[in-house]
Amino acid sequence: MEIRISVINSLAAAGSGHLGGSLGLADVFTSLYFKELNHKPENPEWENRDRLVLSIGHVAPIFYTTLAHCGYFSVEELSTLRKLGSRLQGHPATDHHTPGLETSAGSLGQGLSIATGMALAAKHNGANHRIFSIHGDGELQEGAIWEAAMAAGNYQLDNMVAIVDRNGVQIDGPTEQVMGVEPLVDKWRAFNWKVHECNGNDIIDILRCFDVVKEATNQPQVIIAHTKMGAGVVEIENDYTWHGKPPRPENVDNFIAQVKQNYHENS
Amino acid sequence: MKIRDYIPTRVGFGKGLKEAADQMPEIIGLGADITGSVNMNFFAEAHPDRFYSLGIAEQNITGVAAGLALEGKIPVMATYGVFSAMRNTDQVRISVCYNNLHVIIGGAHAGISVGPDGATHQALEDIAIMRSLPNMTVLSPCDATQANQAIKAALTDQDSPVYLRFGREAVPDFMPDDIAFEIGKAQLLKDGVDLTIVATGHLVWEALEAAKELESGGVSARVINLHTIKPIDREILIKASAETGAIVTAEEHQIMGGMGSAVAEVLSEYAPCPMKFIGVNDTFGESGQPDELMEKYKLKSKNIVTAAHEVLINKAKK
Repeated sequence: MEIRISVINSLAAAGSGHLGGSLGLADVFTSLYFKELNHKPENPEWENRDRLVLSIGHVAPIFYTTLAHCGYFSVEELSTLRKLGSRLQGHPATDHHTPGLETSAGSLGQGLSIATGMALAAKHNGANHRIFSIHGDGELQEGAIWEAAMAAGNYQLDNMVAIVDRNGVQIDGPTEQVMGVEPLVDKWRAFNWKVHECNGNDIIDILRCFDVVKEATNQPQVIIAHTKMGAGVVEIENDYTWHGKPPRPENVDNFIAQVKQNYHENS
Repeated sequence: MKIRDYIPTRVGFGKGLKEAADQMPEIIGLGADITGSVNMNFFAEAHPDRFYSLGIAEQNITGVAAGLALEGKIPVMATYGVFSAMRNTDQVRISVCYNNLHVIIGGAHAGISVGPDGATHQALEDIAIMRSLPNMTVLSPCDATQANQAIKAALTDQDSPVYLRFGREAVPDFMPDDIAFEIGKAQLLKDGVDLTIVATGHLVWEALEAAKELESGGVSARVINLHTIKPIDREILIKASAETGAIVTAEEHQIMGGMGSAVAEVLSEYAPCPMKFIGVNDTFGESGQPDELMEKYKLKSKNIVTAAHEVLINKAKK
């Protein structure tokens, strides 16, 4: 709940940015950073850390917010999002030395290749850490994703876990109208990946899925996380017009109230 | 300078890579289905445990290289320049250059001398694209000996992205191997006072031939080998302009945005002088024997000589 509220506040302060996707991914990011990832916020370059490659740079707000709340930097810094001189660039940038950031991102379709390279390096070194990557469903329209999927499947990179945010919407509208990506499960299977699905807005179900992923396999694995874009703010849930918009100042109190109400109803 | 042999610059790249990798376990080779053609086979045969075949997928190879570099490896990817600099430009820009990673990108089959394969395989825009990317270093060695030195320097003297351009055809191998190669430091191969020919790649040999012919006509031409197009050696160019007052550039690349443009960017600001540009003039290549194409597209020493006479007329008018 606090993370969702931080996302709303930082985007309102920035005056631009993508609210919907960030809220939809709040539960996935919380599950990763507060439970699943083996990492040390006080030592972001710890060699044995699990790597997280954010391929969809536009959900930077949820990424930064989660990093701040688990201690990579102060929560106060979130208000600098998208401002001149900030380490919190509109899309994540390694040249701004953001603690906890593995790679720059913003041009869709590149992160799975980078994760594949990291996974090859880990295998080459005999290292045991895992490489997680986060993708959008619209992003899967980029051809390079499937080049990378083919390579990871070919090299049986079982140290990779890709998470697809299946919220069903992108900027122009529903994914299946803009450019259908189904049948998604069959596509990944055909590329020699092991496929899992979960309710990406239910932390218990996400963690259950993470446990299944830990079972030995000789394939890279993908989790298709079914989420609601804008999850937590009922008024904007699944409304694609909120994909690329920030909340206006006058929305803030109302949206935060909805997050709180939603949290209390479900806890 | 004497011709020892005729060797493709890609052979220098391939052997230099293998020799460097014998000493450096962090080097990883990435293949794009034309491993033999770009002479990465020397590396792949010597170090099969460090060679990954990734198929015909240049965008992915570039991203994989970035991922490997983020983990401390030094990845070398090589394919034809039309693919390694252009099919994957966005990956080079964001995954490699924006992250400022030590990735070596080999651009083979540079220029029109690729020959019979025709325009699709003749890289003529790669310098323009690669040199405009922040953090990127662009190397264009003049012969196989220098290509060998260049790949080693790219691997050992850098910690940022490098695009290294080399060709398909056997070209004169003439650089004495005791002449050191330093990235960013152009080489004065022949002194002269009337004009300067700045050349890159195998047109450096054509420039030396042109200078010889000019000499016999009483024109003293300086020849500079601009093997590093970025970062460019401003000092040697400004000095050449100040001392000789006229410049001809020669490259197997589009005139627009290429090495000559890079030279003009420096001189127009710091030491303007009359210039002429030898290169491909806003057109695609075509099929033909390499030498026929070099003739047709006016990339031979005689074309440099003609340009020299023209630029001297402009210099006299000044």
